[in-house]
Amino acid sequence: MAPKLPPQHSLQHSSTAVADGQAPDAHHETPKGVMRWLLTTNHKEIGSLYLIFSLIMFFIGGIFALVVRAELFQPGLQLVEPEFFNQMTTMHGLIMVFAAVMPAFTGLANWMIPLQIGAPDMALPRLNNFSFWLLPVAFTLLLSTLLMPGGGPNFGWTFYAPLSTTYAPPSTTFFILALHIAGISSILGAINIVATILNMRAPGMRMMDMPLFVWTWLITAFLLIAVMPVLAGVITMMLMDINFGTSFFDAAGGGDPVLFQHLFWFFGHPEVYIMILPAFGIVSAIIPTFARKRLFGYASMVYATGAIALLSFLVWAHHMFVVGLPLAAELFFMYTTMLIAVPTGVKVFNWITTLFRGSISFEPPMLFALAFVVLFTIGGFSGLMLAIAPADFQYHDTYFVVAHFHYVLVPGAIFAIMAGVYYWLPKWTGHYPHERLAQCHFWCSIVGVNLTFFPMHFAGLAGMPRRIPDYALQFADFNLVSSIGAFFFGASQLIFVLVVVLCVRGGKKAPAKAWEGAEDLEWSVPSPAPLHTFETPPVFHRAQHGE
Amino acid sequence: MSGGNYYVPTTSRWPILGSLALGVMMVGAGSQLVYDTGALMMLVGVIGIVVVMGLWFRDVVRESMSGLYDTQMDRSFRWGMGWFIFSELMFFAAFFGALFYVRTFAIPWLGGEGEKGVSALLWPEFISHWPLTNPPDASVLGPEQVFSPWQLPLVNTLILITSSITLTVAHEALKLGERITCRNWLAGTVLLGCCFIVIQGVEYYEAYNHYGITLEAGIFGATFFILTGFHGVHVIIGTIILGCILVRICKGHFANDHHFGFEASCWYWHFVDVVWVGLFIFVYVM
Repeated sequence: MAPKLPPQHSLQHSSTAVADGQAPDAHHETPKGVMRWLLTTNHKEIGSLYLIFSLIMFFIGGIFALVVRAELFQPGLQLVEPEFFNQMTTMHGLIMVFAAVMPAFTGLANWMIPLQIGAPDMALPRLNNFSFWLLPVAFTLLLSTLLMPGGGPNFGWTFYAPLSTTYAPPSTTFFILALHIAGISSILGAINIVATILNMRAPGMRMMDMPLFVWTWLITAFLLIAVMPVLAGVITMMLMDINFGTSFFDAAGGGDPVLFQHLFWFFGHPEVYIMILPAFGIVSAIIPTFARKRLFGYASMVYATGAIALLSFLVWAHHMFVVGLPLAAELFFMYTTMLIAVPTGVKVFNWITTLFRGSISFEPPMLFALAFVVLFTIGGFSGLMLAIAPADFQYHDTYFVVAHFHYVLVPGAIFAIMAGVYYWLPKWTGHYPHERLAQCHFWCSIVGVNLTFFPMHFAGLAGMPRRIPDYALQFADFNLVSSIGAFFFGASQLIFVLVVVLCVRGGKKAPAKAWEGAEDLEWSVPSPAPLHTFETPPVFHRAQHGE
Repeated sequence: MSGGNYYVPTTSRWPILGSLALGVMMVGAGSQLVYDTGALMMLVGVIGIVVVMGLWFRDVVRESMSGLYDTQMDRSFRWGMGWFIFSELMFFAAFFGALFYVRTFAIPWLGGEGEKGVSALLWPEFISHWPLTNPPDASVLGPEQVFSPWQLPLVNTLILITSSITLTVAHEALKLGERITCRNWLAGTVLLGCCFIVIQGVEYYEAYNHYGITLEAGIFGATFFILTGFHGVHVIIGTIILGCILVRICKGHFANDHHFGFEASCWYWHFVDVVWVGLFIFVYVM
């Protein structure tokens, strides 16, 4: 028999040994200057990095959109070659989805989840830093494809095969590798968020005590872990088809281009909920605060979020109604898609009922949250129209689709991000954002957004196809309005930058509880939140938090 | 729940260096594929990643050994590893999904099944069959023959299942504090992993040289190599992980009742095993 050796490091599981767990901190000087940001493991610093990165990318993606809108200002080809136009539509989509909206939500998650659950930091702080620093690498590589011979990706953000394989520019390989890096970042970030939420809650905080932003992010992170690997799989198959002669998406060898669409949308549909569920969480925090009432139907909100997430795995082919699916598939995906309206309706009902007989005030975060409820619902309804398979035969690939998803993404996801930024800026900086300027930003944005996207409904219903740089004369008026609105909306985002910069530098001092009706745990720490919070976990008292 | 001792490292240089190394590797790989000049850069990136991972894990091992991690940290690692394996499972699910889709829908439709039969118009002479030895278009050469599952694939299946058992024996021995037993069984597991890799290498050699199964051999070759290839990569990684764990066992790391590094590598190995069973059934047998 083997001799029984004693465990050599009994230290690691004795409870006394960890008493000086913070000791290594004393040995390290916090690095100064740029090294502080490169090496940081602090959730607040990493959250800020994510948010700044996403703001920069928001403007880069926005400039691409403005190139598109400038070309579409009037019929005919004026400013850019069709080839470059295609690169602009593609890059606008890719940058906004993967580099602006997703990192913005991850940034908010980094900042707020530990504060909202009373944790000292994220569960895996070094991994957190890794997740962030993959993003600049990924998107520098992606943007550099624009400068490569043959130009950047030109096949739309959905990169359907064979446009993205047989007929793609040579830079597509770099696009695939860049997306791989971004995917790794998302998966690792999501794993970290799940571990944090499941393991780091303050003593006494049950799952059903968590703020809804935490709940929605938990479910979002699950979706990310489930579908980002599928994206990695499908782009790997593309890479093989392009470089190694495989036939995944080539019918000549027994593959199928439609297989690409199935795999892509199995990722892609949960992906659109990844971009909206955290927005639901933010709005569910803001509306009760400024209505000075508890959120109506907390539990139903949680269940509705879960239901939306589960349904998101069963609806992907509603993006493919005209690709030649069997009738049974058309019907199945039509019905499951329409089912999503039920939990979404529960949410909208709960927000409105929260407002009912509340003492409402209209600070900037509330303005954005209310605009979210109204305009997101418009986007939801046009989604219901698109869900009807026979009707979709007409709407498919028209500007009606563009109008639909921009309504759920711009006044949906992006307005919610801005609402969240205005809501939590006092906690981050210790100052209130400039009220007048923020209101100005709001009203300019809401005019700009509707001016840009509302006419697209009509252009699309009248038959204007998407992703084409020229159009028939009858669409001229709608496009003129859209283009003016787009430039107005783009310019008004500069006000947002101004407000944020001013708020960081100074402004009216905010107390710990910056908003009168705010109840969650983050408002119990000082404003600005010190670098380290909750090093000793707070004890969560249900009674103080509205249960 | 937190006891207030959760270890938060102050700073670390490994994440930023790791992401730079990954970027170098990707740019090198892309340049190699597109412009045929980037292999060296890719190699530098790969070495960078390996070095960074080594140093990062060294830090984690040192922190663990000096008792900085409490039970809550242990749970963070468990959740992290569990969800990581789930993400890996979904990665393979994409490839299995592609295989099922092609076999159930795409190829029968090309052969004229289905109510619409549009794709049947492309190659009217094509008759649906699997394994797809005669792809629809004559320009694509299918495999000449396919492997019998009851030869090398069966051997490999038995090897991997046995390795899961030997690993479990090693784990039980560690829990009982029988470290020499643990070491021996773990070494056996690593050896079985190596056997699997060698046999898979032999099979790939056979595939290319005697069976006509290549990456270019239509959808059969494509699905065969992407599934077995990524699985093979995972076996290699798993074997390296178990090898590192073996070194740590020999150095006297891990307590009898507290050894998540060991357990995590077991989870990973069992996952690789389960994926192989799926592969054996759906790629080789059916």
